[in-house]
Amino acid sequence: MTDQALDLPVAKTPRSWVRRPRSYWGGVATRLSRDPVTLICAVILIAIVLAAIFAPFLGLEDPYKTSIVRRLKPPGTPGYPLGTDELGRDLLTRLIYGGRLSLLMGFIPVLVATLVGGTLGILAGYAGGLVNTAIMRTMDVFYAFPSVLLAVAISGVLGGGVVNGLISLTLIFIPSIARVSESVTMQVGTQDFVDAARATGAYPHQILLGHVLKNVIGPILVFASGLISISIVIAAGLSFLGLGVSPPQAEWGLMLSTLRPTIYVAPLNAILPGVMIFITSMCFNLMSDGFRNAMDVKA
Amino acid sequence: MLLFVLKRLLYVLPIAFGVSVICFTLVYLAPGGPESALIPDNTPPAVAAQIREAYGFDKPPPVQYLLWLRRVLTGDFGTSITTRRTVISEVMPAMLNTFKLAGGAVLLACIAGIALGTLGAYRNGRLSDRSIGAVAIAGISVPQYWLGMVLVVLFSVNLGILPATGMGETRSGIWDQASHLILPTLTLAVVPAGLIARSVRSTVGEILNQEFVQTLHANGLPPLRVFHHVIKNAAPPALAVIGLEFARLLGGSILVETVFSWPGTGFLLNSAIFMRDLPVVQGTVLVLAMFFVLTNVLVDILQMAFDPRFKRARAATGAAR
Repeated sequence: MTDQALDLPVAKTPRSWVRRPRSYWGGVATRLSRDPVTLICAVILIAIVLAAIFAPFLGLEDPYKTSIVRRLKPPGTPGYPLGTDELGRDLLTRLIYGGRLSLLMGFIPVLVATLVGGTLGILAGYAGGLVNTAIMRTMDVFYAFPSVLLAVAISGVLGGGVVNGLISLTLIFIPSIARVSESVTMQVGTQDFVDAARATGAYPHQILLGHVLKNVIGPILVFASGLISISIVIAAGLSFLGLGVSPPQAEWGLMLSTLRPTIYVAPLNAILPGVMIFITSMCFNLMSDGFRNAMDVKA
Repeated sequence: MLLFVLKRLLYVLPIAFGVSVICFTLVYLAPGGPESALIPDNTPPAVAAQIREAYGFDKPPPVQYLLWLRRVLTGDFGTSITTRRTVISEVMPAMLNTFKLAGGAVLLACIAGIALGTLGAYRNGRLSDRSIGAVAIAGISVPQYWLGMVLVVLFSVNLGILPATGMGETRSGIWDQASHLILPTLTLAVVPAGLIARSVRSTVGEILNQEFVQTLHANGLPPLRVFHHVIKNAAPPALAVIGLEFARLLGGSILVETVFSWPGTGFLLNSAIFMRDLPVVQGTVLVLAMFFVLTNVLVDILQMAFDPRFKRARAATGAAR
């Protein structure tokens, strides 16, 4: 669209501007489409997600088939493009299958925490007073723990496993999302259009759903999108410690941990699962930055 | 100022209370509750009741909490189930080791982060600024436990110049101990370095855009003197990030300590979890959380001392509660 506009005579530019009045989200989409870094990250992430979802249909090896004779084949071995792991399972297959649990364990906690924390924060920010004090002071207490410590402690005491890992991760993200939601809601709540709505006799739920929510959802989503990479890294970390997914399941953190003893024999194989965690986490971070810039959120 | 410090310190009390409640509740989340590790399945009921009475498990939870709190306040965190030593004698040496690691890491992260962030802000928009931005984002994205493994592969497996795990013997000299510190410190420093660099980059960038900087330049002040003013204005927010990162490192080095078998609090917590040694888990989490709370308060007070404007800003946003 831009290239075309550049070719046109100057006098015509205003007309195209008049013809297409952009909505806020239209502007965001246009800005995003002009950000190569965000686009590349999106492509990589979509590829990883699609590969994980459709893993059974990709004609891959059985991710659980072990073989003593082909243990720790180096990457590049014919038939095993990324080599094999300590039990002779194909690493490429396991990395693709591993994305299923790793991505789920990264996504779900942020999703649930955004719903819960966002609701709590918006309520606290809009209602103010006693409700605010009750909600936000409780959040402060959870905020008083370093997040990794709290995640490890909770899932450790609960006894490990995927569900307990998800619970502990969700718990550590709720307070920060609630805090951000509360502060943006308070900012929006003091603006004139909210007062105007109130003056015209709108009900609280109308103001909340019609005016406040529309204006706070962007910043909250941007903040939450920044948490996905942290969630993926910590979730894999829990499995790395032996607190998340249990063998023989394929999951990047767990694979990294079971391959760790082979670091002296086959360092390249041992490091591969971590490369996946790193790439995914970095793409999510870059994308979150891109969204932040495109939506012009200062948070 | 004094009032602010007092208010800030007073606010620690409810937080500390909440933290203690969570730590107390933690052991009740365990399958079978706090007695699960103490009473094996085949214990005769009479003996089990005796153990319950001895540990006070027969009383209602709020009473148990108060009894527990009284003991904790006098420094009695209970006894480790696996080693039979007091929890405090397990946690304190580990805490010291974690301090060594976190202190070194935060120092390293400060130097790298402040240098890169300031450089980026001064080279606004150029290739070097964007490269620094990319490095910083890679820094905050990296899974530390993986980075630790990569460094071990590079420096211990391939080059063979640095030890991969442990912390060295006291008697084998200062170099042996220092060499054991290098890799874990480096690993731990990368994420905070990235965060500090990003924060410093944006703070210094904002300050450079302010009018007083242009005025100073226009008045003919040499660039180095202007830089001095910029630094003075950028210090308080940077200090806040650094303090928070230090506090986070104290509690968040579990994964790195596990990778390097560094005998700190994280390593202790991890092994306690797998031995189901609930008193040690509880004690470690409590001590670490308290350090986290106190470091945060200290940062607030220091920030206030550096920059009185901070108080007004905090009052305006309502963040200083």
